[in-house]
Amino acid sequence: MAKITMSKKAASIDMTAMCDVAFLLLTFFILTATAKQPEPLPVQTPASTVQTKLPETGLITLTVGKNQDKNKVFIGMKDRDIRVKTLELMGDKYKIKFTPEESAQFELIDEFGVPITALKQIIGMRSSERNRPGFQPGIPMDSIDNQLKDWIYTARQANADLGKKDYLKFAIKGDAQQEYPQIRKIMDILQDQDINNFNLVTGLRAKPKTN
Amino acid sequence: MAELNTGDGGGGKGGKVRSKKQNSKVDLTAMVDLAFLLITFFMLTTSLSKPQSMDLGMPAKPKPTDPPIKSLPVDQRRTVTVILGANDKIKWYHGLIDAPEEGGKPQDAGYGSEGIRKELLKRVKSIPLVTGDKDKGLIVIIKPTSKSTYKNLVDMLDEMAICDVKTYAIVNDFLPLEKPLTDELNK
Repeated sequence: MAKITMSKKAASIDMTAMCDVAFLLLTFFILTATAKQPEPLPVQTPASTVQTKLPETGLITLTVGKNQDKNKVFIGMKDRDIRVKTLELMGDKYKIKFTPEESAQFELIDEFGVPITALKQIIGMRSSERNRPGFQPGIPMDSIDNQLKDWIYTARQANADLGKKDYLKFAIKGDAQQEYPQIRKIMDILQDQDINNFNLVTGLRAKPKTN
Repeated sequence: MAELNTGDGGGGKGGKVRSKKQNSKVDLTAMVDLAFLLITFFMLTTSLSKPQSMDLGMPAKPKPTDPPIKSLPVDQRRTVTVILGANDKIKWYHGLIDAPEEGGKPQDAGYGSEGIRKELLKRVKSIPLVTGDKDKGLIVIIKPTSKSTYKNLVDMLDEMAICDVKTYAIVNDFLPLEKPLTDELNK
């Protein structure tokens, strides 16, 4: 009898502790994983072998893509305090008053692409409505009404006003099939403000062998 | 009832204890398997979902108030001009367009290891030998035409990284002599 019970013990290890650890880690990873936000302008980024990660903070992403055969540009700000401050400064510039509630709502918007006159309408919407593909028309950026330039400028101003040490970084997230002139326009807008260094968002591609 | 009683009394304590043991110990193997599978999944997705990026530095635009920049002559033996056209086509030449270096006449190429990369790698090696200075290597001038796509530009910049070309520039102006080439690319 005693012999049989001994062998039984050896056959099954006590997994309680292991299970505990596993689930603890699992919980940690689930909580730290940020849910992918729906993108109002989905783009297919081109792949590259360069593997530099984008900075997590202090970044403005300019998404350039095509939607319903129209070139569109969306802007996304990573830092929430910069979002709020930028909205305030843009409101001053365009003489639009945003209420604190609207400002708080705007803080949660990751990316948008509407003329500033339609911004209030966007803020009032639910995320799923707002991010319907093709719903937002993009930020105007022609020579008469260059709001993109103002967004970039005010974001940098907001960054400075908030007393951040680092300069804002800019990333261009372009669609692979986007024609070059549109990208060039964006680069020109950035360069007109003396932003000569920017990131191009790319996908991952395996490094080829070079001899 | 009677059966139960006899079972208790006659079956012996061993049986009862054993059954109790089995009840208290649930087999956790499957659960642990699942937990670790999920951990692996979440670990990989959190680290892989971060987008990659490519740094691009452009020269500062001259301001109208700046003094005019003196043009700096560049050794034409070092320059390779790459014109990006529509439908993923490339035209490139080495040296000056009207007086190209040996084997560097304006010609077509594709992207990838069998296309422009082969030529670039060859020149990355040969040009420092020609100039006699290892710091004076290949200079690539990338000229994207209006018909080229963003993908073409990124691919070309990627080639720069792969071939380890230290000096390259994106130029938007075309020489008059390059017009026929661009027209042919984008026709």
